[in-house]
Amino acid sequence: MSELLKVDKIKTEFQTDKGPVTSVDEVSFDLKEGETICLVGESGCGKSVTSLSIMHLLDRNGSVTEGSILFEDKDLAKATEAQMRKIRGNDISMIFQEPMTSLNPVLTIGDQLTEGIRLHMKYSKSEAKKYAIEMLKKVGIPRAEGIIDEYPHKLSGGMRQRVMIAMALSCKPKLLIADEPTTALDVTIQAQILELMKKLREESNTAIILITHDLGVVAEMADKVAVMYAGQVVEETDVYTLFDNPKHPYTLGLMESIPHITNPDDMRLTSIPGSVPSARNMPKGCRFYDRCPHAMERCLAEKPELKSIEDKQAHSIRCFLYENEEKDYEKKHAEKEVSS
Amino acid sequence: MNMPLDQVKPLLQVKHLKKYYPIKKGVISKTVGYVKAVDDVSFDIYPGETMGIVGESGCGKSTTGRSLVRLEDPTAGQIIFQGKDLANISHKEMRKLRTDLQIIFQDPYSSLNPRKRIGDLLAEPLLAHKLATKEEADKKVNEIMEIVGLPKQYKNRYPHQFSGGQRQRIGIARALMLRPKLIICDEPVSALDVSIQAQVLNLLKDLQKSLNLTYVFIAHGLGAVKYISDRITVMYLGKVMELATTRDIFENPKHPYTEILLNAYPIPNPHERNRNQMVIEGDVPSPANPPKGCVFHTRCPFAKDICREKAPELTGKAHLVACHFPIDERNA
Repeated sequence: MSELLKVDKIKTEFQTDKGPVTSVDEVSFDLKEGETICLVGESGCGKSVTSLSIMHLLDRNGSVTEGSILFEDKDLAKATEAQMRKIRGNDISMIFQEPMTSLNPVLTIGDQLTEGIRLHMKYSKSEAKKYAIEMLKKVGIPRAEGIIDEYPHKLSGGMRQRVMIAMALSCKPKLLIADEPTTALDVTIQAQILELMKKLREESNTAIILITHDLGVVAEMADKVAVMYAGQVVEETDVYTLFDNPKHPYTLGLMESIPHITNPDDMRLTSIPGSVPSARNMPKGCRFYDRCPHAMERCLAEKPELKSIEDKQAHSIRCFLYENEEKDYEKKHAEKEVSS
Repeated sequence: MNMPLDQVKPLLQVKHLKKYYPIKKGVISKTVGYVKAVDDVSFDIYPGETMGIVGESGCGKSTTGRSLVRLEDPTAGQIIFQGKDLANISHKEMRKLRTDLQIIFQDPYSSLNPRKRIGDLLAEPLLAHKLATKEEADKKVNEIMEIVGLPKQYKNRYPHQFSGGQRQRIGIARALMLRPKLIICDEPVSALDVSIQAQVLNLLKDLQKSLNLTYVFIAHGLGAVKYISDRITVMYLGKVMELATTRDIFENPKHPYTEILLNAYPIPNPHERNRNQMVIEGDVPSPANPPKGCVFHTRCPFAKDICREKAPELTGKAHLVACHFPIDERNA
């Protein structure tokens, strides 16, 4: 598998009346063909802004000010709007959280679906329509020949998300960015959509950046995971290592605070105290400092780097605990497990 | 809840509750049909317990909850609370009973008046019911704010100055001001981030213990419902599919819909991703035009002829299920 995307220390800033606000800071990850990376984190952690930065879909006051986004050796951070137009919907496409608002209500499904096909694949009108019907069938829409002439309001949420997926995949993109694609859907519909995404991924070898806050979805879909907190990646590794051996105190806190249906009856949830710092007022040192149970003096003043901790697998963490105190911490954690 | 249920008197009884919304069409707004949001729902709620109500969107769980505090006027049925039928009393009488029945809403951003200071927002229920003087109310506000974990110097702040989790604490505080017996929690954690969800769930659990509260906890997130509930009602298209203790629902579900719902929930463990998942096809039918017979038959993998013809009754004693072919002791 060859490298498809390499995001290297990007910084995204928004210019506001009160000065610039950094919402993504030093975010790096890379992705090979056919691989799925999940960006997880809570609201405001910068996971959506990261994906919008890749796609150049930021609001007018936002821009990538540092770092590079190498996609097939082209730097998207420096690409012009004209270059991006050729890439968007063609090499990289995106699906959004709200299938209700991301389809144009006054155009038929067919109009919206064939626009990109005709533009990027240079199909004639009738060829494009035939191809669009084929795509709708592929994503499991019944009566595709009829649905193609319908307007979006006729479809349910799950069906609309299927149309969005058909649209995103119609030009055979190399990279698909899915921003919370199932958050607005019911669980039984979510299971259908995830199943569909898995099937299509296998068929087309598309790489996926999946943005979600749901660790269940992460466990279902990801090859590797980047956990984000307050605009930074705090932990990155493959999905099995992340769930079997999470290291960063935030990742641990996140895992312990989810009420899950397989939890034992009397288990009490551990919550992370406090809330996420605001982007305007980021702490100088570690951004998790005031919520972290292991915070040290050093964390207040110094900024931790994202560093690899193991030689065998790729597992990087942004935390001082793992520089010298690794053994000490392991011991503490073991004690905690015994006592709880 | 350690006592067997048949020895305790229920705090609230819902009997054959129905809520239909008319569908109007044409210039004279002729009623052409009904959306059956809640269709013949019955259950009892016992003092000190938490009754979870789960289901997908449009199943009528929120309408049921809102009907219990008469934010919706039921179309038919009874809601018996302290010897009175809430479904059929005047609004004036209902107003008095609301001191015992409170509700917490899903969206902490839109359920607080943005122009009011928190102190005033919290004092309002006491003053509206003429239960306290201004000074007494003020003292009570301090007390409740401490209970829900808000520093009392925040009293003079406006809602926009708080985070989502803090606003939900304010929502809880407001519901507690009148020391109610029953609180309806309508998706109280769905809009919150996971780390904040845990804080609010733990707070609700602690308050229940210390203040001896009874909850109706409505949610679509099964994890949260399992964490907080003693018993669970599973709803689908306005009807109760299954009602049992939390343990029975999760370990021994009898209705195929319950089993599918549990199964569709993604498990946060990548080692289990290749398990056999039952993915059901299709969408929830429209409640304006529910299927004949069992409402779930259009999506049920086990549906037989009788399911298309005849709606099953909700039967059983402690573990109720509405299905012609319930899964019996599958795990035994």
